[in-house]
This record gives sequence, structure tokens and C-alpha cells, in this order.
Amino acid sequence: MPRRDDINKILLIGSGPIIIGQACEFDYSGAQACKVLREDGFEVVLVNSNPATIMTDPEFADRTYVEPVTPEFVEKVIIAERPDALLPTLGGQTGLNVAVALAESGVLEKYGVELIGATLDVIKKGEDRKLFAEAMERIGLDTPASGYAYSIADAEGLVAEIGYPTVIRPSFTMGGAGGGIAYNVEELREIVASGLALSPVGEVLIEESIIGWKEYEMEVMRDRNDNAVIVCSIENFDAMGVHTGDSITVAPAQTLTDREYQIMRDASLAIMREIGVETGGSNVQFGVNPRDGRLVIIEMNPRVSRSSALASKATGFPIAKFAAKLAVGYTLDEIPNDITRMTPACFEPSIDYTVVKVPRWAFEKFPGTDTTLTTRMKSVGEAMAIGRTFKEALSKAMRSLENGRGGLGADGKDEFDEDHFDQMLAVPNEQRPFYIAEAFRRGCDAEEIHSLTHVDPWFLDQVREMIDAEKAVAATGLVQMSAEDMRAAKRMGLSDIQIAHLTGSTEAEVRALRLNLGVKATFKSVDTCAAEFAASTPYYYKTYEDEDEVAPSSRPKAMILGAGPNRIGQGIEFDYCCVHAAYALSDMGFETIMVNCNPETVSTDYDTSDRLYFEPLTFEDVMDIVEAEKPDGVLVTFGGQTPLKLANALEQAGVPILGTKPEAIDLAEDRRRFSDLLDRLGIAYPAAGTANTMDEAVEVASRIGYPLLVRPSYVLGGRGMVIAYSEEYMRRYVEKAAALSPDHPVLLDRFLEGAIEVDVDAVCDGETVYIGGVMEHIEEAGIHSGDSACCVPPFSLGVQTIGQIKDHARALAMALGVEGLMNVQFAVKDERVYVIEVNPRASRTVPYVSKATGVPLAKVAARVMGGQKLAEMGLPDENRDLGRFCVKEAVMPFGRFPGTDSTLGPEMKSTGEVMGVAADFPAAYAKSQLAIDYSLPGEGTAFVSVCERDKRSVVSIARHLNLLGFRIMSTKGTARLLRASGIPVEEVAKVHEGRPNIVDAIKNGEVQLVINTPFGRETRSDGYHIRTAAVQHGVTNITTLAAAQAVVQAIEAMKAGRLGVIALQDFGGTL
Amino acid sequence: MTDKQRALLALEDGTLFWGTSCGAPGETTGEAVFNTSLCGYQEVFTDPSYAGQIVTMTMPHIGNYGVNAADMESRGVFAAGFVVRELSSMASNWRAEETLREFFERHAVVAIEGVDTRRLTRHIREQGAMRAVLSTEDLDPESLVAKAKASLGLVGRDLVTEVAVSERYVWGEEMPPECELPVDTGVLSATPRYRVVAYDSGVKYNILRRLSEQGCEVIVVPPTTSAAEAMELRPDGVFLANGPGDPSAVDYLYTTLRELLGKVPVFGICLGHQMLSLALGAETYKLKYGHRGGNQPVKNLVTGRVEITSQNHGFCVDFASVGPLIPELSGGLTLDPADLGAWVRAGVAPVVRSDRFGAVQLTHVNLNDMTVEGVRPLEIPAFSVQYHPEAAPGPHDARYLFGAFTRLMDGREDIFGEG
Repeated sequence: MPRRDDINKILLIGSGPIIIGQACEFDYSGAQACKVLREDGFEVVLVNSNPATIMTDPEFADRTYVEPVTPEFVEKVIIAERPDALLPTLGGQTGLNVAVALAESGVLEKYGVELIGATLDVIKKGEDRKLFAEAMERIGLDTPASGYAYSIADAEGLVAEIGYPTVIRPSFTMGGAGGGIAYNVEELREIVASGLALSPVGEVLIEESIIGWKEYEMEVMRDRNDNAVIVCSIENFDAMGVHTGDSITVAPAQTLTDREYQIMRDASLAIMREIGVETGGSNVQFGVNPRDGRLVIIEMNPRVSRSSALASKATGFPIAKFAAKLAVGYTLDEIPNDITRMTPACFEPSIDYTVVKVPRWAFEKFPGTDTTLTTRMKSVGEAMAIGRTFKEALSKAMRSLENGRGGLGADGKDEFDEDHFDQMLAVPNEQRPFYIAEAFRRGCDAEEIHSLTHVDPWFLDQVREMIDAEKAVAATGLVQMSAEDMRAAKRMGLSDIQIAHLTGSTEAEVRALRLNLGVKATFKSVDTCAAEFAASTPYYYKTYEDEDEVAPSSRPKAMILGAGPNRIGQGIEFDYCCVHAAYALSDMGFETIMVNCNPETVSTDYDTSDRLYFEPLTFEDVMDIVEAEKPDGVLVTFGGQTPLKLANALEQAGVPILGTKPEAIDLAEDRRRFSDLLDRLGIAYPAAGTANTMDEAVEVASRIGYPLLVRPSYVLGGRGMVIAYSEEYMRRYVEKAAALSPDHPVLLDRFLEGAIEVDVDAVCDGETVYIGGVMEHIEEAGIHSGDSACCVPPFSLGVQTIGQIKDHARALAMALGVEGLMNVQFAVKDERVYVIEVNPRASRTVPYVSKATGVPLAKVAARVMGGQKLAEMGLPDENRDLGRFCVKEAVMPFGRFPGTDSTLGPEMKSTGEVMGVAADFPAAYAKSQLAIDYSLPGEGTAFVSVCERDKRSVVSIARHLNLLGFRIMSTKGTARLLRASGIPVEEVAKVHEGRPNIVDAIKNGEVQLVINTPFGRETRSDGYHIRTAAVQHGVTNITTLAAAQAVVQAIEAMKAGRLGVIALQDFGGTL
Repeated sequence: MTDKQRALLALEDGTLFWGTSCGAPGETTGEAVFNTSLCGYQEVFTDPSYAGQIVTMTMPHIGNYGVNAADMESRGVFAAGFVVRELSSMASNWRAEETLREFFERHAVVAIEGVDTRRLTRHIREQGAMRAVLSTEDLDPESLVAKAKASLGLVGRDLVTEVAVSERYVWGEEMPPECELPVDTGVLSATPRYRVVAYDSGVKYNILRRLSEQGCEVIVVPPTTSAAEAMELRPDGVFLANGPGDPSAVDYLYTTLRELLGKVPVFGICLGHQMLSLALGAETYKLKYGHRGGNQPVKNLVTGRVEITSQNHGFCVDFASVGPLIPELSGGLTLDPADLGAWVRAGVAPVVRSDRFGAVQLTHVNLNDMTVEGVRPLEIPAFSVQYHPEAAPGPHDARYLFGAFTRLMDGREDIFGEG
């Protein structure tokens, strides 16, 4: 059945900001869908609040709305655009939930919008666990024993039948949010309470535990003719009990006989048919009892998911693209296989390699939170690796994580908790793979390790073989290694770093010897068909085999190093820049070569660049590709810190670096040299010093004065950075930080309290500088720029100040010798402009600024690196009136990490961002808030309690809130102050003043807005409880006065009905 | 690595693949082919159709879940040898009874691991399936290449007699001689509704299991059984099995079949399909490198549905060679009967005329290379498919064909449930 001609305009809903459980895989799937639908002549209307996505680039859709992904705003878009159909299956759980809400409220019917891809009935059957369980029963498939609870008492009643441990799964939450495993009644009550609160329908599933079982996933596609295929099977390394997103996963399944595999396949297809998925992709999860093979269905998602992105990258079969084609009427046999071109998409990929995905966590960012891995997803990103064998792939994946490891241990960085060694094996945790490896090193046998970990014996045996290889290498020694020994070690996945560590040599020595011995990496293609047919898409991975399939072309080649796995401080924004660099260089006639290991991204779509290498971003792996491809230039400044840290080593190895030279990067990072430069340029900067010892630190601190910004040198995302208001606090911190990085000194800067922070993104071509955007932060200095909201153009800075900021940026770019992007952070205090830091590379804000201004900065920078001059590009006037305000707001993951303080500080904690666009700042700010919290309180009670410093300024905020109709509630000190100013206020007890107190009020739903500013970290006792309660109960929670001011204005704008929708295409610009 | 026995695979064109032995010591000769199934190696190794072939598995990890008696597809291993990237040293599965290495050693199978199987696969893809020698004894490249060149190819070779049973038996009651017990017979019907005579040309057990499951009493007979002997058993249907080698060399079987056609409903799979086609007057030819795997898309032109199928064949039927197109039975179209892609695009099952048996419909086409996957004479009760609806290993999408056989035996026209 060919393309449907009865629909023309299709609305696509994106997944909004990057959050835990929903990352850039939905940009990958959405961007693919936009592309394929437009190629087919459909008009695409897109809604997504995330400006850092490729899909929201104006050329990807006909009408792009960077608006909150909420039923209210999507309805406004529907009214403005009147689409014929809504495709809800590519925007993750967020997109699906909004579509369901619009269908149920009758909006879709009212405006004649058809749900395509999945009908309401299908979505409900797939998502509603009760309906799903009934459907499974109808087709005779087993599910774990379970029941629904609507209260803690219900849950206890169910557990009386099911028994402990029991799994708790809240209905309609994503990534298992609010779920967990309870081993006792205390844990049951705690998890059920939070699950009920998080579930939009106040419902949790209490389920038989199948912890320790084998876990599998099938990616399925089905068309309207009932043709159905399995795209990929995935087997989890971690047994049941760990969320799939937090599990190491392997494709294809490794330990199933054909009989068992086909049972699972039959079940997957039966589920598709029973649930009624007719035009698209789904995934089905299974649990298998390793003792007798009993198979149970865990769940299915009737939409494109994180696993489908992984499956697409693992097989070369673009699920999202085909799902979009199926949704508009095509059948699988009508779609050609992209990679072979000659064969149809209606087949099941066969792969002749092994794929391993390893999650990336960021627990170090959330002290105090439980780091045990459970059914609730906690990872912030993932790396995927391809190898011929599991060993090769696992080793690569472990060195792809950007955590400084050279593989599965044996890299000189192994550290084990000897007191809890067995516990670290038995309880799933981030470090467990290293403990498994170490257990083998210490002579444990596989059976012992299996009984503790429940990891399948086959996987354990693979690790055992890796450890045997380590031992062989160590026993032989580097000098004695023959070519055969070296090849054997590489085929077991050992990295040069590991071999160096095992033989007491250096990575450089290992590489030199290896190449001398003639042991060279070979590259193989990912072709969907295990080489049965010729492939036309150059998508490669590295291995050590006989035959190399790469044939470098004679075109000029530019190689772009990607950003690696998403983590806090380095996310989709850098991938966006890499993708833009690829597009721009391709336009200039370069053959583009992408290197990256993050399966969620657009950069690792084989469509993005001319050639894709799915490889870790380590010196060894990158150099091997450089030697195979011999690029004319390598771009290291788009992928954030990951490629930047390789810049020096690559340059020393004779690799041509395009754009800003590593020397300029060093200059900007070397504080002494950089201060000298600022002095020379006559640019102010906060007083600063460096200390190697505690005494020095105390001395420097007293010279500069408190408050101080203290941090270890060379950090990204403000890792380990604090503001010290007292010597005592500073001493305590330095003790800890010094232990954290003994080789690096501690940096101390004067903290400009109350200063306005400003970011600038600019491009320099060595002759001129183009200021892409000036971003005024809403939160004051001291909050990490990645965590603070900001606005383009500045909403309160004077023209003179802005002029001075731009002049400084220009002077710095020229003085540093920047060729490409540069980000400068300024602080403005008492009309004086200070430079905080300069990063001569793409920054996190580049996509946001590009969208806000309509100038694609990353592309501009890539063109500069490719040899064009800014003057030739016809860029719009920097000082033009944009005619709109664009507010970027950060999205915090505190809800995922109970127990951690939600106060913002110099250490970045956010996972993603949204953008709000409007004609004025308050409306734009309101949209940015709505895009995150999904609601701004319009009425009710506002709890206002601020630290001494903020007392005076809070009065006007409270008055404003009162005028907007809010009741004000405060604790004693603030209440006295407000009353004195004539504002009616209800007094409430602090936590330590007895009960009922403010926390009770929040828990009882009596408070709709919390404004609570902490001072330093000392006064966190009360505030900590208040903020934590607010986070848990989803109450809007503001921790800075500046943000409070903005929120009040935003509420006013919202109540006045000033929040319309506007498409990016209506702005003009050259994006 | 170094303490392992080295092994060498040499192709007739001089290409060499070094590795280590992962089976029994020895030397073996055969046609080098590859199979892209991700799982089900045991079913592949025990499929008699692989007789005379050295099979490369493209899945790099083989042996992970070991071997068990229930997954045997025949009484032993008929393939000439095996080539893998990495053989698991252990078996992880609740049904595993031994490791694959133990199994290979017990069955004296010569196998090699550590080979760049992707290179071998690409080589076969580009150069075509070719003669090869695999040895753990003679590691002299020149000598092995010479042996490969001197070896018999598959073309013109009848391997059926080497794999088929020599005595008749009833599935589930008596078991074939020399088989490993216990054999998993599948679900046997207490009161069978049909009696089927199955010509064994290397039949896979799962075909017999599927037929039994459909309510058939299955009498397995040697391939040399005459039509009269078969008819004496008073069958409701005759089944023609899969098997190895060049179909055109198995002339005795399709000659027998010509006598049976029209007298009794016939269903053929793989070699059985080639037998039916040859009996109808078609010609067969050798594919460059064959279809071996579990992911081949086949379109049923009668129902319009696509099946993901399990395949293992190196020879193929030339549909147009059956006879001239009958446009009035082919949707009125006059497309070239040799251009199967055109018929797939038109969504029409073409019909040609066989001198002996009248109208013959093309029912199934491989969507990867647009080759013949199934035919059905319209004037006599018979049909056949080139692929393996019994799967094992592979998807179950085509299981309906066993139901189609019972419909055929019931005298129904709509055997595929069409219309």
C-alpha cells in the first residue's frame, strides 16, 4: 500500500528537554522522521521545547514551534496550523502522553486531527499495565504475578500474596521513575508513596519479583499489511532487577537457542498484533528464568524508544525513519534498505559483530543519593561499542565512558573497596563490572561470581578470557611480545593503555611496538546483512582481523571528533555542534568523517556524515582512524571536553588540527598566562590565586577575601567547585579536594556576590570577530552557567555595558588566536565588567544562541575552519533588534535523586534545557518554566523564606505575589519583615520548631510555590528539608531571588494570557 | 593460542584462511558457503542439506548455549566442516548437554576458529561459492589448494543417497537407524487424520514434527521408493523433503514424482520444491552463493504477505523455463515471466503452461534477489516452496504451509487461506 494522499500536514511532537530516561535518542528519531516525511512531500509541523536539538533547526520542518510540550501549547499549535494528522510515537513518553491527553480531551477530534502511527486504543493497551496484562492473558502469554495499588494499604495487601522482594512500578511514568524494589515493608511504604505521587493517575503496579532472571528485549516493526519483522534482539548483561537503561546490554542475544529465540519472536509478533500496533516500531521486554526457561513478558512500548535508537545504531536499520514511512501508509516491502539499496526493508538484520552498550552515571554530582542500581533509571547517558567479539566490544565500551578508564580495569586506575568486595558484586552498582573482572583476577571461579551477580555464565566466561589475556600479556612483558602475542591481546580487546599498565610501559611504547610488529587495526562495515550483500553506506568499526574494508577517497577530508556519552556538563549541545560542523563542511566540498560512540545522537546517524566511525574517543582509537583515513584536518573544538583533551596528543602525533590550535586552548586554561594576557589587554578579572598546600590556600584566601570560589584546576561543568564564605569551610573543602586530585593545585577566585553573569558566544576567523549572542543570566553569579536561566537579548543590561562586553570578547578572540568558536563568561558588578573565563571552543549555549538569533554559529565556525572568512558569509548585523526574547532554562534531575540537595551552586547538575520564546522577557520566561514544570501556579499559597542577605529585596516580590492573588506564608523572620511592610502573611513553623511545620504544609498540598534562598551551605538544615519536600511533591521551587523576580513576572504574563505560540520560520534568519 | 592445533582452510582460487582447530583433527573437502543465522547453529550443523559443504557461520560467537539432543535435526552431522570466528569454550543454557567442541569431537567434525569469517563471506559473495579443503593435518598451502582444485564440486552431484535412510520407518513409532536418542518427535497425534509418505532426501526432523503436529501419520521412505510402492501405502499425500547436492542429478526422484503427480496431493520443501519443478519441466541453476540464513524476505504473491524465512539452498528454479506465460491467468498482464521483480511490483502471481501438467503458478518470490521461492500447479494438487517453513532454525512465519498441505489433502483450492 503506497503513501497516503489524504493527509498533507503532519504534526510531530518532540520529547522536550533531556532528562534522565529520555535523552537525545528522540532528537535522532524525530530528526529522521522530519527528514523522511518532508522528502515524501508532507508538510511537517514540529513542537519541541528543546533548542539544542537538530530537529528544531528551522530547515528540518516547515513550521517549528520551540514551545512547551504540554497539551495546552500543542493545542495552540494545532489551532494555528490545523494539521491533518499527529504522529505521537517519536517523541518519547512525553510526546505520547501529550498526544493521549489531546485525544482524550477531544481536542484532536474537534480540529479533525488523526492520530497516526499509534491509535489511542493501542497506546492505552500498551501503556496501561492493567489492559496490557489482560491482553497478554488473551494471547496466552505469561506475565509476572501482579496487582494494582492506589494506596499503601493496597500495596501491603498485594504483597501479602506476592511476597518480598516485590517490584513497584508507577503507571505512566517514564524510565521507571518512582519505581523500585522493596525487600521489606519499610521500603515498600517509601517506594509506593513516591510512586503514587509521581504517577499521573496515582496508581502503582505491585509485581512478583523476577530478580536474577535473564532479561531480553526485542525491537519489532509492523506495517498495515501485517508484515512484521524483528529488527534486533538485545540481551542484558545485568540480570533482571536493574532498569534496562541502567544495564549493560548486548546485541544480538547471545545465550538463546533458536527454539527459545523463536518463542520470543513469536511472542513479540503476537503482542504487536494483539495490542494493535499497525504502523510502526515497538519494543517488548522479556524475563527468562535461567533454571527452566520460563518466559514472562515484562512490558512493551508502542513507540520508538531508547532501545530502538540503540537497535538502529547496532544494526544499521533506521527504525524511526521507517516508522515514519509506515505511519503515512507505506508497507515494509515498499521501503528499500538504506544500506544495501538493492534489498527491501522488510527483512531481519543479521549482524556479524557484537554490540555492547554501557550506561554512564553521574552519581558524583549528587552526593547523598543512593547509588544502587534498581528498576528506576539513574544513568544520564550511554556509550555503545562495536567489536567482532563481545570482549572487544565490552572493552571498547568501558573506555568510551569518558571516565578516564582504559578498559575493564587493568589500566592503573583500579581501586576496590576491600571491606565490601562481595557486596559490590552482589548489589548492582556502577563499579560492578570492575569488581567482576577483579574477582577473576583474584582467582574466584565463574560459579561463585554468578551466584553473587546472576550475570549469565557465558558473559562471565568472556570476562574470564579477557583476564586470562591480561595475565598472558603481563607474563610475557612488552619486550618479549611477538606479533602473534600482540595480535592475540588486541583481539581480546585490550587497549594500548591496558597493555602498557600490564607490562610497566607507556601507551606510546605499546603503540610504537605494535605498529612495528605490523599489528594494525582493521575496519569493518556495519551493513545490516552480515556481508551477504554489498553495502553502500560507509559505517565502520574497528577490530583486529585480516581484511580491512576502508578505502579512503581522494577528496579533501575533514574529521570531526564527537562528544562521547551524554553526562552532566556535556550533552546534546555538543553533538548538535558536531552535526552542524559536518553539514557545513560537507557543503564546502569536504568529505566528512564522524567519530563518536554515543548511540543516542544524530551525529552517529550514518546519514549525517560521509563516513561514520563508531569508536571510543581515545587517543589510540582516534589515531587508528586517522591512520586509515589520513584526513586533511581534524576538528576538536565542537565535541566539548572529550575531543579537546586529545588535541595536544594528536597535534604532537602530527595530526593536522583544524581551527583554533591547542596552544590557544592551553593559554586560555593556564591561569597565570591567561591573567597576564588579561592584564595586557586591560580587562578586569576577579582577584585570584593558586595554592598547592593548605597554608598557601589560607594565605591566598585572606589576601583575596571571602566569599571565594574554590575548585580543583582543569574542570568541566564546575566539578568539585564550591563557594566558601568562611575559612573553616574553605579548609574543610580543600582537604577533600586535595585528596580528590593530588597532582593539581586548588584554584581560588574572589566570588563576586550579587554580580550579573553574562555569557558570550562568538566566532573568530583570525581577522574579524562575530558576536553570536550576549546572554544575560537570570540567576546571579555563583550558579553554574549550565544550570542558570539566561536570556537573549539581555533584558536588563545597559547598552554601554553590552558594548564593553562585546569589545572584550573581540579583543580576547584576537589575542588568543581563535579560529572558530569561543565562549566567554563575564560578571558585571557595579557597572564593572569582569572576565570569569574563556573557552576557545563550542559551548553548551551555541545551539540555543543559534536558535535565538537565527545565525547557525556552529556552521559559521566550521566554515571558518574550512577556510572561509566571516566577511564573505553575509552574516546579519550583530546589533540588530531581534524582535523577541528567548529564555533558556535548565532542567534539573533532583526528582531522580532523593536525598540530594536541590540548591543550585557552582557545580553543574542539570541534564538539559528548554527555550521559551516571546515578544517580552516575562512571557518568554514563563514559557521556559512551563516547558519544564508543566505548570506555573496561578493562585494559592506562596511560601517565602529567604536568608538575611535577601530579606530587603524579597519585600517587593512578596507584594507582587500578593497583588497577583497569592496568599503568603512565611517562617518567623521573614513573616515579621513582610508584616512590617504591610503584606498579609500567614506564619508557619520551621522544621525544628515542632509540628505542624512548613514541610507538613508542603506535603499536604497547601503550598503551590516555594521561594527559599539558602546562604552558603551551612544553613541547609531547614531549607534542605523544605526544598526536598518541594521537589518530591512537584511544587515549583525557587532558590534564588533573581529567579523569584522572574517567576513572579512570568506568572503575571501567564495570567494576562500573553503566552501565544510562534514558529521559528516567522523570525527570518539564516539558520 | 599457541598451544592450540593450527588449522588451514584453502579455497580453490588460492585464498587461505588460517586459524586453530576447534573440532576433531582431520581433513575435509567441500563447497565453502556461509550462513547468516544469528542462532540455531546446532540445527544448521545437523541439517543433512549441508552434506558436501564447509559452512561458515557469520555470527562471530558460536557454541554459546552448547548442544542438546532435542535440537537435533537429523541423526548426525552431514556438513563437511565448519568455520567460525570464535567457538565458546563453555555452554550456558538450561538445556545444554555438552559443549559444541565436545559435540564436534564426538562426531569427528573438522572445524576451524579464529578465522576472519567476514572476509571469507565477502570473498564468497564476490567470487561465488567454491571448492575448499579444511585441514588440521596438512598445513601446506600449496598442497591444500591443489586438493581443493582436484575435489568434486556440487554441480551434477547426487548426495541424496549419502544422507537418506535406506529403510522405511514411521515417525514417532520407529525411529531412523543410528539416530541419537531420545529424539524429540514433537506432538504426535493419537488419531492421525492423514497418512503422508515422506520421501527422505535428507529430511529435517522438524519437518516431520510439523507434519505430525498437523495430524499426519508420517511414513518416511528412501528416495528410491517407486511410485507404485508409495501408492501401496495408500497415502493421503506425498511429501518431498529437503536435501543436499545438485537437484538435476537426482533424476530418479523427480521421475518417480512425475508418476505420482495428479494421483496424490504433493508438497515439497527445498530440494522437494526443485523436484516438483523439475517434474513440471522446469530447469534449475546454481546461484552464485546461495541463500543460507534466517532472515530472507519472501513475498507470497497470492496473499500479498511477506514472510521472513529460513533458507538453505544453492540451486534455484528457473520459472520461465516451465513454459509460456498464460496472460489470462496472470491478471491479464503480459510481463516477462523471467522478470519476477516486475510481477512482485504488479502484485500479481504469474501462471505459465507446463507441457505435462498444465498451468503452474509462481506463488512465492524472494524479495532480496527476486528469485523463485514457490510454485503451484493449478490443475493437479501440488505445491512447493524453496525455503524452510519448518524453520529450525529460523522464524515461524511460514508455518501456515503445513496447514496448506492439509487443505490440499482435503481437496481445497484456497490452500493459503487466500480470498
